[in-house]
Amino acid sequence: MFRFIAARLLQTIPVLFVVATLAFFMVRLMPGGPFDAERSVPPEVERELAAYYGLDKPLARQYLDYLGQLIRGDLGPSFKYANRSVNEMIASTFPVSLQLGGLALGLALLFGITAGVLAALRPNSAMDYVASGISMTGICLPTFVLGPLLILVFALNLRWFNASGWFDASDRVLPALTLGIVYAAYVARLTRGGMLEILSQDFIRTARAKGASEARIIFRHALRGGLLPVISFLGPAAAGIITGSFVIETIFQIPGLGRHFVTSAFNRDFTMVTGIVVFYAVLIVFFNLLVDIVQVWLNPKLKF
Amino acid sequence: MTQAPPVTESDTSLAMAEPGSSLWHDAWLRLRKNKLAVFGGVTLILVTLFCVAGPWLSPYTYEQQDFAQYAQPPSAKHWFGTDKLGRDQLTRIMYGGRISLGVGICATLVSLTIGVMYGALAGFLGGKTDAAMMRIVDILYALPFTVFVILLMVAFGRNIVLLFVAIGAVEWLTMSRIVRGQVQSLRKQEFIEAALALGLSRRRIILRHMIPNVLGPVAVYTTLTIPAVMLLEAFLSFLGLGVQPPMSSWGTMIKDGAELMEEFPWLLMIPAAFFSLTLFSLNFLGDGLRDALDVRTSKD
Amino acid sequence: MPLLQVQDLRTYFHTRNGVVRAVDGVSFDIESGETLGIVGESGSGKSVTCYSMVGLIPQPPGRIESGTALFDGVDLLKARPEQLRQIRGKRIAMIFQDPMTSLNPYMRVEDQLIEPLLIHEQIERRRAVELGIQALKDVGIQDAANRIRSYPHEFSGGMRQRVMIAMALITKPDLLIADEPTTALDVTVQAQIIELVRRMQAERGMAVIWISHDLGVVAGLCKRVNVMYAGRVVESGLTERIFRAPRHPYNRALQKSIPALQPKGAELYTIAGMPPDLSKPLAGCAFAKRCEFAQDSCQQPVELKSIADGHNTACVRVQSGELKL
Ligand SMILES: Nc1ncnc2c1ncn2[C@@H]1O[C@H](COP(=O)(O)OP(=O)(O)OP(=O)(O)O)[C@@H](O)[C@H]1O
Ligand SMILES: [Mg+2]
Repeated sequence: MFRFIAARLLQTIPVLFVVATLAFFMVRLMPGGPFDAERSVPPEVERELAAYYGLDKPLARQYLDYLGQLIRGDLGPSFKYANRSVNEMIASTFPVSLQLGGLALGLALLFGITAGVLAALRPNSAMDYVASGISMTGICLPTFVLGPLLILVFALNLRWFNASGWFDASDRVLPALTLGIVYAAYVARLTRGGMLEILSQDFIRTARAKGASEARIIFRHALRGGLLPVISFLGPAAAGIITGSFVIETIFQIPGLGRHFVTSAFNRDFTMVTGIVVFYAVLIVFFNLLVDIVQVWLNPKLKF
Repeated sequence: MTQAPPVTESDTSLAMAEPGSSLWHDAWLRLRKNKLAVFGGVTLILVTLFCVAGPWLSPYTYEQQDFAQYAQPPSAKHWFGTDKLGRDQLTRIMYGGRISLGVGICATLVSLTIGVMYGALAGFLGGKTDAAMMRIVDILYALPFTVFVILLMVAFGRNIVLLFVAIGAVEWLTMSRIVRGQVQSLRKQEFIEAALALGLSRRRIILRHMIPNVLGPVAVYTTLTIPAVMLLEAFLSFLGLGVQPPMSSWGTMIKDGAELMEEFPWLLMIPAAFFSLTLFSLNFLGDGLRDALDVRTSKD
Repeated sequence: MPLLQVQDLRTYFHTRNGVVRAVDGVSFDIESGETLGIVGESGSGKSVTCYSMVGLIPQPPGRIESGTALFDGVDLLKARPEQLRQIRGKRIAMIFQDPMTSLNPYMRVEDQLIEPLLIHEQIERRRAVELGIQALKDVGIQDAANRIRSYPHEFSGGMRQRVMIAMALITKPDLLIADEPTTALDVTVQAQIIELVRRMQAERGMAVIWISHDLGVVAGLCKRVNVMYAGRVVESGLTERIFRAPRHPYNRALQKSIPALQPKGAELYTIAGMPPDLSKPLAGCAFAKRCEFAQDSCQQPVELKSIADGHNTACVRVQSGELKL
């Protein structure tokens, strides 16, 4: 197990390297610089600023310096926010996004698995059609449609929730729901498929022959194998939730990393954008590793 | 023709083992029985007709502003109302649909081309090359791609060709996996071996046997990629990174609508309804095709 | 009174392509401690017969159209699901054809093995595990105390079938239904498994229904045999009579087609034609189309009738004495 994790971590190094390199050069090749907006800056001040951020050095040199910093876990200073480092900005905004994403994923799993199992229990029944219909709707109603609609109905008309902000617990409901529902829909489909596949296996008949109750068959015999497709979907889902957070945090005006990333990209805050991209890559890689471990743990045929 | 050489004779007997035109015929019959898929197909045709032919019939153009008619609710004059600049919403929906569907189809074609070539090459070459090529795909899968698309759009401006390329470059990965898997399993199948043993040329095998077999999964996955691509385009447009005004896609219209939904909800509802309906139809049609062609794709 | 008495069992599958009459009027009974063989070619309804009795037919598409199956005074076919569950795995146990797929790959052998005890008996888990280890030892698995912690894929096919048997017998059932338990195994392992069941039966005095298309196995193991064809029992009787003195043309043809019993060098005897399509109604004898002795009288409805003490045949021509096989 330890070796498995170590090996996987080693494999992630090239991925992170590729991400960092791509992000670095793409951002540097952007036309326009971070100080464009501040027209009033006199040339000598701008030169000083450039020197301070190392922009006067050759690009290759900047790149090597940046890699050196990265290895130390330092993402550099922000171009836009004076005296704030990228690390600080991530540290202050990411917890919000983490909470949002965690809630969304939790909702997705809760609703998705329940609906999927219910649909698989009685395939082609009314129950199945209702569950499949809802999950299809979820897949076809992207966050940027669903979010405004939910705000319209539940915040502006019914006034149950605030339309935006991130202050008390009730402010979590609409954003998490919006972000989670799409994934709940996918999870429901995958669960249904996985469960139907497992429930048609011979060993389920064996369990029935032993006199196992339906509940026992579902929970003890079928769920573990039936959820494997859902587990392998968690990696893509996490990446999707990250990108989803860009939209959700914009719609609901949540002070999270997602919104911060979009703003920074528009502001051409070089170090911030590169830093956040690298951070996201680490996050995704880490999450995929976690998913792999869970997968091995659930499937006895796989070994660490 | 009268003196059929033995190879041709065996070739016709091979045709029974090979899923040929009858497979497509059966699939068509099965598809027709699937009500949801038929609904999806018909809706799709109607929406496409509406978007392509509609603007010619409309008395308005998509950029024609009429400040006297600013943000009107749906009426006899403007069926879908007008937006905040007094432009006819119906006409804009048609134009927006052209862009959304156009991006969907073009970017899918880009991803289709890359994915099929890459996947077929890997599957054909096999061995170490294949392993290396698929390892690259694995690595790319792990990248936060949408983030890069955002960077690309910020860096190089909102250029529509770039949009095709960027989206296409993201979506080809799964396609290449599917094609490669298909080619590889076909290589092992008996009728291919039989064809090889009969001395059919490689070209003939590819044309007569491989392509018809790979076509099914590719068709299914293409149908399912279009909505994914449209979604990505709308997502970018929503963030303000998609197509640029005065051009508009359904995504930008949803964005504009969402900003004004409190006072003028129809500006959000109508484009959202069109967008969702189209996604719905494409997904149902794709699922129907998958069942009809009996293709198993990992739906991720 | 017999342990299990099945009368006029009919199980049909309502599929898109019509109604498949998988089991069409089967009657038989079995005494406590007795071994009954069911033979017949693939698709003749052997499995469906047995699954029907214990409620393992997938419904839909399956439906039990008629019949009774009295087990110790309870009609299994009309029992409530919970009632059936209490019998299944406790008093009637089953083992299946393919040990590779019949064990749950996601559960440890231990959990699967002691599951019948946990379901049916008030027992502490620790005690159940002890019984499980003992059960594994009884079926000849070495190092049972450690192996019980394994997953099924760590076992060979033969060992898995032993686990299946241990699992079936752990609650000391009155009836064991074995659905071709040796078909998927190689010959030496087959012999071991048969020997194992025979020994267990002798030790515990349970009744066994042994389904097989291997006539040799059935001949060596069973006291009585039912020969099935196209969802019906066409001949039944003591094993010796069935094999020595077949009284139905299908059974006779079946015997003749055993390769080992045919003269060396001669062309292999096979039954001409194909089994009938079960989704088309059949008026008379289902075998008539392939039968070398068929006559017009074979088109009338047939019924299994006794021709000698305990020996029944469904061949009208044999029943009327016209035909001597
Ligand atoms: N779920 C089902 N749906 C439709 N038809 C079925 C189903 N299960 C069984 N049948 C049909 O019932 C008939 C009898 O099947 P059964 O499994 O009892 O045969 P069998 O005698 O056990 O054969 P084998 O030796 O191959 O196991 C077959 O024609 C089969 O096609
Ligand atoms: Mg069977």
